[in-house]
Amino acid sequence: MDQLIFFINKVLISGAVLGSIYALGAVGVTLIAGILRFSHFAHGDMMTMGAFFTFVFAIIAANLGIHAPVPTGFLVLPLGAAVTAIVALGLDRMFYAPLRRRGVASVTLLIASIGVTMMLQGVIRLFAGTSMRTFFDREPKLIYRLDLSFLGGTRPLTVTQPDALMVVLVGVIVVALHLFLSRSRLGKGMRAMADNPDLAQVSGINTQLVIRVTWLIAGALACVGGTMLALDVSLTPDLAFNIILPIFAAAVVGGLGQTYGAIAGGFLVGFAETIGVFDWSVFTRPLKGIAPDWLANAPTLALVPTEYKLTVSFVILVVVLLVRPTGIFKGTST
Amino acid sequence: MNLIEVSGVHAGYGGAPILNGVDIAITAADIGVIVGPNGAGKSTTLKAIFGLLKVTAGTVTFGGRPITNAMPDALVPLGLSYVPQEKNVFTSMSVHENLEMGAFVRRDDFSDSLTSVYDMFPPLKEKRRQKAGELSGGQRQMVAMGRALMSQPKLLLLDEPSAGLSPRYVLEIFDTIVRINKAGVGILMVEQNARQALAFASRGFVLAAGKNRYTGTGKELIDDPEVAKSFLGG
Repeated sequence: MDQLIFFINKVLISGAVLGSIYALGAVGVTLIAGILRFSHFAHGDMMTMGAFFTFVFAIIAANLGIHAPVPTGFLVLPLGAAVTAIVALGLDRMFYAPLRRRGVASVTLLIASIGVTMMLQGVIRLFAGTSMRTFFDREPKLIYRLDLSFLGGTRPLTVTQPDALMVVLVGVIVVALHLFLSRSRLGKGMRAMADNPDLAQVSGINTQLVIRVTWLIAGALACVGGTMLALDVSLTPDLAFNIILPIFAAAVVGGLGQTYGAIAGGFLVGFAETIGVFDWSVFTRPLKGIAPDWLANAPTLALVPTEYKLTVSFVILVVVLLVRPTGIFKGTST
Repeated sequence: MNLIEVSGVHAGYGGAPILNGVDIAITAADIGVIVGPNGAGKSTTLKAIFGLLKVTAGTVTFGGRPITNAMPDALVPLGLSYVPQEKNVFTSMSVHENLEMGAFVRRDDFSDSLTSVYDMFPPLKEKRRQKAGELSGGQRQMVAMGRALMSQPKLLLLDEPSAGLSPRYVLEIFDTIVRINKAGVGILMVEQNARQALAFASRGFVLAAGKNRYTGTGKELIDDPEVAKSFLGG
């Protein structure tokens, strides 16, 4: 029983948290890929930037003596998301829109986004330095312990408060996004433009408006994802740059341009990573005497060591590109 | 009064010009058909009218209003709709959503237009929850035309509506075009099935090398031995 609880804590809960963060990033990447037709490599740094904005608002709120039953980071998240969305729009105006007007190839936009990556990281370091920060230096990180002793276990099921809130919030965001894309005029216009940009233009759909809305949504979700990651671990200038690979893997697995695919892909990559680094020896160790010695006495049975967690998404990315380049939800193959 | 007037239009994609002075004029009651050999600039003429490539000389007026080089999002609200020859439906969206996208520029209630499009194309009503990409070629063409009608156009530009359709569907689509026209929408279309299309056209334009070669009523063009010999295959 303890082994199972350990498994749930390490694989299911961690995977859901990681998957939520990846999904939030991957939705933005996939929307930009579908509508603006390029891979936005600066997305990770937009997430980091969003986390920093939220962090600044959290400090301001704490200094004003504002307290809430939820972590301050969650309380000020809407402010951070709003600012990040506007900055994302500004980044597009300054760096990508001029290139688009010249009708450059999508690879040029991709390279421009690598430039934006470097610039954002530089700007963050300029203002915030390189030190590690935490949202929880003034308030405790609450941990919910679910006692399962009635089932015969000795360990509790543990979930931190930010993790629990995060999974709920992602659920709300996914439903809201679904309603927006399937019910609203503008959301349908976004899907139309991702489906067939030329036909969207001749239908009289305001493509500039759609592009602006895309950046606003991608920016706001990037901020939420980045803040989640910072709440889960800690805030550093290269926070989300380090997870850009799993985010792209999630978007590609789901099929570039497919919003639901990106969400599914995010959770798939998240769970794959936690399963990949899970040490299965907790299950085989009790089998001492029954199972062969190499299995029961193995020091570790993890598929990959924790430090190499990133290889999991790399393998997923390579396999998907080889076997089904359009992703599981059939996106564009580029 | 002419609904649309294209006079002396020159246009191209940046390289050598494709249109070298095209003149077209039709009224709201007309079905105008543009025919001519491959590369004559038929489709390019429609694209030039609809702002999809740059008009370098000449003018386009619509309802007396100059629209030379206006962009589609400005033209659709004026009452101009365009159905491209290929990729003319949103394949990942339902039939119903495709029609809604045609009404994107309208902020009023467009349920009347939906009803009339479904009345005109009964098969679409049945399949309105289905993805447009799953439909047959003929039904896709219906979706494409239905989408274009949702903005309540005064003039419908159709680029080879019969392309890739079986002969039975070609007749059906032509029949539909005549019905749309009778409902008060002017039609300007490009057609490969030249003889068939000219038979119901009130105005015909034969283009060659980016210029008008012959202009007349559909019947005049069919009866003209020169046109028949050079452009209608004898």
